Amino acid sequence: MVTYFSEIISGLWSLVLGLSVTFVEFIRPNVTVQYPYEKLEMPERFRGHIQLIGDEEGRPNCIVCMMCQRACPSGCISLSGKKEEGQKKKTLNSYILDFTTCSLCGSCVESCNFNALEYSKEYNLASTRKEDFIIDLLKRLEEQNS
Amino acid sequence: MELTLLNVVIAVTIAIGFAALNAAYLVWAERRGAGRIQNRPGPNINGPLGLLQPPLDGIKLMAKQLIIPGGADKALFIAAPVLAMAPAIVSFVTLPFSDTIIAHNLNIGVLAIFAFASLGGISLLFAGWSSRNKYAVMSSVRAVSQAIAYEIPMLVTVITVVLITGTMNLMEIVEAQKGGIWNWYFFPFTSGLYNPLMTMSFLIFFICALAETNRAPFDLGEAESELVAGFHTEYGSMGFGLFFMGEYANIVIGSCLTTLLFLGGWDAPLPVLSFIPGVVWFLIKIYLIIATIIWIRWTFPRTTIYGLLNLSWKILIPLSLFNLLLTAGLLKVV
Repeated sequence: MVTYFSEIISGLWSLVLGLSVTFVEFIRPNVTVQYPYEKLEMPERFRGHIQLIGDEEGRPNCIVCMMCQRACPSGCISLSGKKEEGQKKKTLNSYILDFTTCSLCGSCVESCNFNALEYSKEYNLASTRKEDFIIDLLKRLEEQNS
Repeated sequence: MELTLLNVVIAVTIAIGFAALNAAYLVWAERRGAGRIQNRPGPNINGPLGLLQPPLDGIKLMAKQLIIPGGADKALFIAAPVLAMAPAIVSFVTLPFSDTIIAHNLNIGVLAIFAFASLGGISLLFAGWSSRNKYAVMSSVRAVSQAIAYEIPMLVTVITVVLITGTMNLMEIVEAQKGGIWNWYFFPFTSGLYNPLMTMSFLIFFICALAETNRAPFDLGEAESELVAGFHTEYGSMGFGLFFMGEYANIVIGSCLTTLLFLGGWDAPLPVLSFIPGVVWFLIKIYLIIATIIWIRWTFPRTTIYGLLNLSWKILIPLSLFNLLLTAGLLKVV
């Protein structure tokens, strides 16, 4: 008989405790981000697909040494460049990343000795067409500069 | 009020309008409340604070096709949602909102409301049985056993109140509680009665009202995780809409009854505050109870069917019977 009543009392008390927990949560501020209206800043070390780094004048730092192309295990980087008249170094004239086969391993960034490659903060990468993932990084750099 | 045709039409229109508006905006309140409890905003895109969400949901439901599953019992299948909604609206006829706002003052108001409320269980049985769906049948079996188990303690607590007031007229029950919060029947040692257990009776009635309206934590009828959606698994379009509206209208009726029987109806909590019109007090009280019901839904997980029936037969029925006997004794002695 005593356990019968003590169980009822302790049960009721646990219900009150549960209600107090949800009440505290009720008056706390929201933790969600309203995605299309607000966006989160990506963290410092977020690894999106690669992009080229430009110098002060907006030209790529890349000297077309081909180390990244050789380091890539899936062969998704293809770049070409040529020597302009009267210049010592080669200049880059195309840098195509085939993101469909990229596994974001980062070997290209590691292998680059000229501070020419970095990870982008891009994460909105959904598309219905495969061609959207063959990315012209030189064009992307120009768009970033403008 | 006289029973002319015009009066009846106006009363029915107001009742349907009140029930439908409440159903629509309680869904909104429920979703916003759930959002706040889970630290997210809830529906906030359509209109300011998401206030256009309910009419848009209504339009979506009305635009959908009503599909009757093959092998279903057509007549019962179509009758069930109507039977869920109609008694809820009829019950508003005899619910007084203040000492002047009432459609028709019945001498047996409490009895009439409980008679209509018990039709709700039958509508669930119809829906589950006629759907030709195993989950739906399981759900209606549960809903009916739950309805039977919880109607007993509920009616016993109502008899306790009727015993004190000596009337089944809701207006007179409220009149008997006039004069401030210490006269309301949820208050222990109510003046003139000195019964210490009335708070317990109030809690029993409130728990039973939750169970009768199939609300969480007693929503075994539509247990999403086990029975898909229970009795309304096969319903789409406005069939589902009517069940939904019926559920929310029943919540409003349950909280109106709790207010009328235990919280003094339209009586101000302190006699000083009685310059505020009674209907305002009544609405404040019922919406506080509805807010509590929503709060409870998003706090507690669903009970098991055994836990549910044990709670009713082992705890609620003995305690409510005990309070009935105590009240009867006190009425004789005091």
